[in-house]
Amino acid sequence: MEKRKIKSKAWPEKWYEVNPGCIVFVPGNAREYKTGTWRSQRPLWDNKKCIKCGICYIFCPEGCIRETEEGYFAADLDYCKGCGICAHECWPGAITMQEEEE
Amino acid sequence: MNTVQNFEIYAPKLVEKKEFFSPGHRACQGCGEVLALRLLLKGMGEDTVVANATGCMEIISSAYPCTAWEVPYIHVAFENAAAVASGVDAGLKALRRKGKIANRDVKAIAIAGDGGTVDIGFQALSGAMERGHDIIFFCLDNEAYMNTGIQRSSATPFMAATTTSPAGKAIKGQRTGKKNVPEIMVAHNVPYVATACPSYPIDLVNKVRKARDVRGPAYLHVFSMCPTGWRSASDAVIKLGRLAVETGVFPLYEVENGKYRITQEIPKKLRPVQDYLELQGRFRHLTPDDMALVQARVDREWRKLMNKVECLRPW
Repeated sequence: MEKRKIKSKAWPEKWYEVNPGCIVFVPGNAREYKTGTWRSQRPLWDNKKCIKCGICYIFCPEGCIRETEEGYFAADLDYCKGCGICAHECWPGAITMQEEEE
Repeated sequence: MNTVQNFEIYAPKLVEKKEFFSPGHRACQGCGEVLALRLLLKGMGEDTVVANATGCMEIISSAYPCTAWEVPYIHVAFENAAAVASGVDAGLKALRRKGKIANRDVKAIAIAGDGGTVDIGFQALSGAMERGHDIIFFCLDNEAYMNTGIQRSSATPFMAATTTSPAGKAIKGQRTGKKNVPEIMVAHNVPYVATACPSYPIDLVNKVRKARDVRGPAYLHVFSMCPTGWRSASDAVIKLGRLAVETGVFPLYEVENGKYRITQEIPKKLRPVQDYLELQGRFRHLTPDDMALVQARVDREWRKLMNKVECLRPW
């Protein structure tokens, strides 16, 4: 009962409303802030070279790289900041960084 | 037998899949500290209460009304992360005894940056360790106050340039060495003390799991690379961490009941420190003579550590 009460609360809807103690009731709601707009380069996977080891997944500071159904890896470009760690660490060389041209 | 070949290569797939630190946080591109945080939360699991001191990790994760945390989280002032975590531990114990919460193993952890550990939060940390609370203290050490604009702390290494220890004609960056906090924690008779680096993720997660199983206080010193403050490229961050370990600047070891054990492969000869220094803008002013000074310091620390590894026995 108590648990449901806490979960049903959301953050304040108006700008002048503040929860007591500045408590945030929705865990992980930073997802609504898309950091993908910071990016100047995007990672591209070459699935022919990929050996499905998961090094890119473990080293991503964003935690935005996910395993797909076929076992390959892909970045969620809503959040990828384009730091290039995955391309630098991928030892089969399956990831390249490509300039964003938009 | 149906065994997997090249087991270590595929080890990343065995790490906990669930994320306890959501994407959308505001860390810099290529932040090594947030990578360390993400990995250590994977090691801790969901039965965790976090007390986090002010610092980079608080600023980037909890910009009101957003939070990147998926575990219970308390933001506390700069100095009292360890004190709040020990309070959480005492509270959980009392509630469990009264039967108000399920009898589950919920661990209280404190997370602080290097400023919140070695300078400002030091007496709270010392007190919590002395009282022997069942907490883990994580120091995410990026070697200066990066959050407020790269001021020196007592974890800043010798000759590193920061905004309050700038390199010039009179002085060449930081004039003192790095405070050896894991050593001070060993002196508190803490049962488990370890150093870790996110460039070795499986090692980091294993150490966190080990610390979680310890009854009593544990201390983990996590090296976290900072491309902004160290003036390095954002994609070379993992490489920097690896170089720091291979050159002996930041050796990986663990201390269980006073017994030292090196957890990295011990090379016959360490790599020269120059390989690590020349990738960073904060060491750009160093001449070959200065590099020799840094090398001498690193060698001395390494010898000190190896002596302890060879001589000390468990309590």
